[in-house]
Amino acid sequence: MTRGIALFRYSLTRLLMAPLMLWLISSLVFLLVRVAPGDPVDAVLGTRASPAAREAMRARLGLDQPLLNQYFDFVNGLFHGDLGNALSNQEPVSGIIARTLPASMELGISALLIASLLGLMVGFLGIFRPEGKLDLLGRIYGIGTYALPPFWAAMLVQLLFAVILGWLPVGGRFPPGEVPPDGTGFLLLDSILEGNWSALNGALRHLLLPASTLGFLLSGIFSRSLQLNLSRTLRSDYVEAARSRGLREKDVIVNHALPNSLLPVLTIAGITVASLIGGALLIEVTFSWPGIALRLQEAINQRDYPVVQGIVVVVAALVVFISVVVDLLVAALDPRVTY
Amino acid sequence: MGFVFKSNLIRSAPLSYRIARWGALILIFYLLAAFITPFLSLVGFLPDPNQGLNNPIYAPPSLSHWCGTDRLGRDVCVRTLEGSGVALQVVLLAVTFAVFVGVPAGMISGYLGGAIDRMLVVIMDTLYTMPVLLLSVVLAFLLGRGILNAAAALCVVYVPQYFRVVRNQTAQVKAELFIEAARSIGAGPLWIMRKYLFRNVITSIPVLLSLNAADAVLVLGGLGFLGLGLPESVPEWGSDLNMALTALPTGIWWTAFFPGLAMFGLVIALSFIGEGLEAWISSVNYSERIRPVQN
Repeated sequence: MTRGIALFRYSLTRLLMAPLMLWLISSLVFLLVRVAPGDPVDAVLGTRASPAAREAMRARLGLDQPLLNQYFDFVNGLFHGDLGNALSNQEPVSGIIARTLPASMELGISALLIASLLGLMVGFLGIFRPEGKLDLLGRIYGIGTYALPPFWAAMLVQLLFAVILGWLPVGGRFPPGEVPPDGTGFLLLDSILEGNWSALNGALRHLLLPASTLGFLLSGIFSRSLQLNLSRTLRSDYVEAARSRGLREKDVIVNHALPNSLLPVLTIAGITVASLIGGALLIEVTFSWPGIALRLQEAINQRDYPVVQGIVVVVAALVVFISVVVDLLVAALDPRVTY
Repeated sequence: MGFVFKSNLIRSAPLSYRIARWGALILIFYLLAAFITPFLSLVGFLPDPNQGLNNPIYAPPSLSHWCGTDRLGRDVCVRTLEGSGVALQVVLLAVTFAVFVGVPAGMISGYLGGAIDRMLVVIMDTLYTMPVLLLSVVLAFLLGRGILNAAAALCVVYVPQYFRVVRNQTAQVKAELFIEAARSIGAGPLWIMRKYLFRNVITSIPVLLSLNAADAVLVLGGLGFLGLGLPESVPEWGSDLNMALTALPTGIWWTAFFPGLAMFGLVIALSFIGEGLEAWISSVNYSERIRPVQN
């Protein structure tokens, strides 16, 4: 009963914090973009444009307004899902995001699946013989996957499997010249829904290298945290009690220690999403995967500030949302969490 | 239970120390490269990292160019060695900034409490939630290119980590008797923070420092790879890798392989050191905790 109330209060404060964080992030991005050196009008028109053209451009972008009015327009737009238009081609930023986000999510979800499977497997292997060869390898695996620069790993994988062996395509998301299936924007899902097996094959072949590279790089976080949690759990009193009752070490680990060590891994999975996005940014650029991160890089190179601003705000919102969901999930699942 | 803990610890310490020793050795190699390469370029023993007009372009590794040349005929080995100094410089600056901002902010927030504390915590938590690379990409995009600019873009990312650790530790130590004793003989907040709190709350900083330095090498490389960070005239591993990306499909591997390997090695070294420090600090804490029981 009291736990129920406490859980409810915790969830409520956590949920109320989320909009506050979002507001802080978007205001910060807005302010940073405005105070930064470099005139966005110069970026579009070049420095040799006539003063009249520059003024017209300023008025159209709302840059002639006082900062406070610009800010209210920006916040008002956010509430209506309006993130402004791209400087380069006038396309609404919300449209750009809606078009590119599914590709990134497809890559991210596949990578997260691969990472958790691979990472939990590796982390579990080292536990039976602490300080043994497998434990050492597990530790080196954890540091190694973290220390690999994502783009470098991606380039080596590309070189080996696409250039030298020629098994898989170098980059992109779909075989060039073929028409990708329509629908949700998730190509795997769409091809399955249409029953278009050749499209599924093409999409899978393109997804395989980027997703497994990203998954491999992130798997170290999972293996390391499972290892740490397991070794901590194995020192606790209830495990000692199970051992002293004469249970076999294997049963102690699998039935008693493992379930309790898996829960913190869920928290890790939530935190990983943030590094997943950082990694995905670089992986997308390396494999020219047409997701939100590739578009962000393009916008950076064009100094297209509404697109940069919009993508950052949306990605930040996603991260905040996921971290809240994970926190609530852990609080609901783990009776030991107190607030 | 106590026995299990202890035996685990005794066996685990040497492994972590060995790992830390390897890390320190590799780091010394990078420091040597950082100091000696510019000197050797200056006296003409090594070619200038930005000079390549007389060389063949995209020459594979050979006796005259051990790691080959890039698309402008520049020597990949020399550029990779030069990159070590640049990376170490930016990373050192970035984490130093972060410590100098994060530690005092954390102490003030933790010691004073109240509205300032709550405000700072919300701001820092918000920054902490953001993906590291995304945040520094935005900052580097806005600050422009340059060694100081890149360091500033990186430092903002790490400030919240020091803030969190120091703030929580301060809030804990604040309740100890010796702080109350100091206060009762009339010590002001500044004096207490400097004389009594500081040494007690900085124990976990070295670990964080080396791990953040490792992370910063990766983020700096990521910025360079995305076309941000340092000026184009500075040889930097990330931007060299970006240049290598276009040549990769034709099978030119050397322009990509060597800068990436150098980056990988430096991150490994710093992470190893962090790992060792962590084991050492936790073993010190552990032995302090059990001393009264043993005597």
